[in-house]
Amino acid sequence: MIEFSLWDIVRNLLLAARWTVVLSLVSFMGGALVGTLLLFMRIGRRRVLGLFAKYYVELFQGTPLLMQLFLAFFGLGLVGIDVPAWLAAGVALILWSAAFLTEIWRGCVEAIAKGQWEASSSLGMGYVQQMRYVILPQAMKIAIPPTVGFSVQVIKGTALTSIIGFVELSKAGTVVTNATFQPFMVYGLVALIYFALCWPLSKSSQVLERKLNVAHRNH
Amino acid sequence: MFDYAWLAQYWPVLLKGILVTIQLITVGAAAGIALGIACAWVRSLGPKWLRPAVTAYVELIRNTPFLIQLFFIFFGLPSLGLQMSEFQAANLAMIINLGAYSCEIIRAGIQATPRGQFEAGASLAMTPFETFRHVILVPSLQRIWPALCSQVIIVMLGSSVVSQIAAEDLTFAANFIQSRTFRAFEAYFVSTAIYLVLAILLRQVLIAAGSFIFPRRSGR
Amino acid sequence: MSLIEITEVRKSFGANEVLKGINIDVDPGEVIAIIGKSGSGKSTLLRCINGLELIDNGSISVAGAGLLPDELHLKALRLKVGMIFQQFNLFPHLTAGGNVVLSQMVVRKTPKAEAEAMARKMLERVGLGHKYDAFPDELSGGQQQRVAIARALAMQPIALLCDEITSALDPELVAEVLGVVRELASEGMTLLMVTHEMKFARDVCSRVVFMHQGRVHEIGKPEEVFADPKTPELKQFLGMH
Ligand SMILES: Nc1ncnc2c1ncn2[C@@H]1O[C@H](COP(=O)(O)OP(=O)(O)OP(=O)(O)O)[C@@H](O)[C@H]1O
Ligand SMILES: [Mg+2]
Repeated sequence: MIEFSLWDIVRNLLLAARWTVVLSLVSFMGGALVGTLLLFMRIGRRRVLGLFAKYYVELFQGTPLLMQLFLAFFGLGLVGIDVPAWLAAGVALILWSAAFLTEIWRGCVEAIAKGQWEASSSLGMGYVQQMRYVILPQAMKIAIPPTVGFSVQVIKGTALTSIIGFVELSKAGTVVTNATFQPFMVYGLVALIYFALCWPLSKSSQVLERKLNVAHRNH
Repeated sequence: MFDYAWLAQYWPVLLKGILVTIQLITVGAAAGIALGIACAWVRSLGPKWLRPAVTAYVELIRNTPFLIQLFFIFFGLPSLGLQMSEFQAANLAMIINLGAYSCEIIRAGIQATPRGQFEAGASLAMTPFETFRHVILVPSLQRIWPALCSQVIIVMLGSSVVSQIAAEDLTFAANFIQSRTFRAFEAYFVSTAIYLVLAILLRQVLIAAGSFIFPRRSGR
Repeated sequence: MSLIEITEVRKSFGANEVLKGINIDVDPGEVIAIIGKSGSGKSTLLRCINGLELIDNGSISVAGAGLLPDELHLKALRLKVGMIFQQFNLFPHLTAGGNVVLSQMVVRKTPKAEAEAMARKMLERVGLGHKYDAFPDELSGGQQQRVAIARALAMQPIALLCDEITSALDPELVAEVLGVVRELASEGMTLLMVTHEMKFARDVCSRVVFMHQGRVHEIGKPEEVFADPKTPELKQFLGMH
């Protein structure tokens, strides 16, 4: 049996963590794109589109991410292509992130819209103008802290892609554990690496939130 | 293209999985919320020397994936001599996870309590803990109950990964069925639908529990 | 011997000294009105007597028991003096009866039936016997404040501290609360009340304390204090009213 030094273990984990970062970035940005689209459907005036976005969100928030990954993996397989794990992982995480971001952002738009709606329509603006010049700029500001906060969920969510065989930090943890028989240390290290990725984002989300609250109180 | 004939033979497997999932979330929610209340008390009112430990616990759990917490508990802890069954490990992981999230949710509820409530308790000669227990806790929980319900549902859905340590929940059942029937998509499709129904039912149950625990509509 | 002895009490919030050496002795059955401008330290004084604020210097004793900052002594003191707040501070999740029952059972370990009987009696005493099962948000401000009084009375205190207990009430509800207080006074309850109701102070109180900038600026019987203020500050203060 080969002996693994602590450095060997950490190095392998860190190398795999790169894929956690890449997948997180892709999922978050893809999710933001799809989420923006869904948001406009959700808050727009077309009822059918609004309902579609609403049920989309409920579906993705009401089912396990793991199931979504399985369905993407085997569902894309049904279409005929032999799906690589990264593709299924990316697709599922993007669709999942989109649902959560849509819901977060809708909350922000509605929080602003309450007071500002009447003010801006009394100025003779149309719906699109109101959105473009009054509601969205303000909503974007209050949306930043929870959006940053959600990025933490995305990073943690990528851990599940190890189950469909995508090799990232969690998968590497399992592989290294099987080679070293030191689950306590290896999973401890894996947890620490996730913590190092997530905690700064959690903290900045909190700090941004606090700043925003202070700014609001001074109005 | 789709084939659901296997349902006729395998529905008892699904049913058993459903029951395990329900069992997990029932125990997990009750114990997790209790842990959350205890931690929220420490972080907002409890002994100062205990606070850093609770803060560390909460931050650690909230910033690492549930899957890794589960693996650490099931594969890692036995090396310290803590042996557990799959079910126990799954449940423990869920409790620890929900404990950390609900701590923060409940703490927000406590912090929204008007100061006069603490003072009224004190002026009636109640100790700080008695005031917390009898005066502060219930209205605080009522304030944040919807958020707590959502968190319990998130934990229920997240519990699908306990199949990875071979705890025999709904997802485990789906895995089992797909390995026997090779109808992977259909098996996951059906279990996804079941999860959706479970989530909707769970929300109803929690809301009903809320109106039972908090008979008054407004908490102030 | 005095019931409440307040001796050389000092209290600062940071650099801001709010109480600068307060001396007041209260005899059993006395009704003391504390008046003074906003910020003169009236609330702080009452809160110190109840141990809601810790004093920096001096001493406070109630019926011979000193005020010390540990849980046991605080509890002993608070069993002797009740407090009524401007904002009522009823417990929103409990009925009027539940509010009155709670501390008896938690603190005094009174059996449930006995505590409930006491609660009924006390609610009766403030004229709210029929509101036993009503929740606070179903009661008017005046009724809520009377429940708060019943809640304090159920602990059988030997003195009550009242901090502007009618200030949060609509004018037409003030009388019902003051009526209850007047009743208590006539039954011999010792009362320390911060109030802006000058007429009430004149009619009911045995002594009036005028506080100014953290000191007892004038003290005396209401007829003296109101008819013949000695200091320009009190003259000015009364002129404002
Ligand atoms: N917790 C506190 N922290 C800091 N300063 C305080 C605190 N409580 C009271 N103060 C300050 O102490 C001073 C006296 O306050 P206090 O509430 O006793 O006045 P008051 O006479 O009751 O006034 P009012 O008639 O407005 O109720 C004020 O300057 C106030 O700002
Ligand atoms: Mg005051």
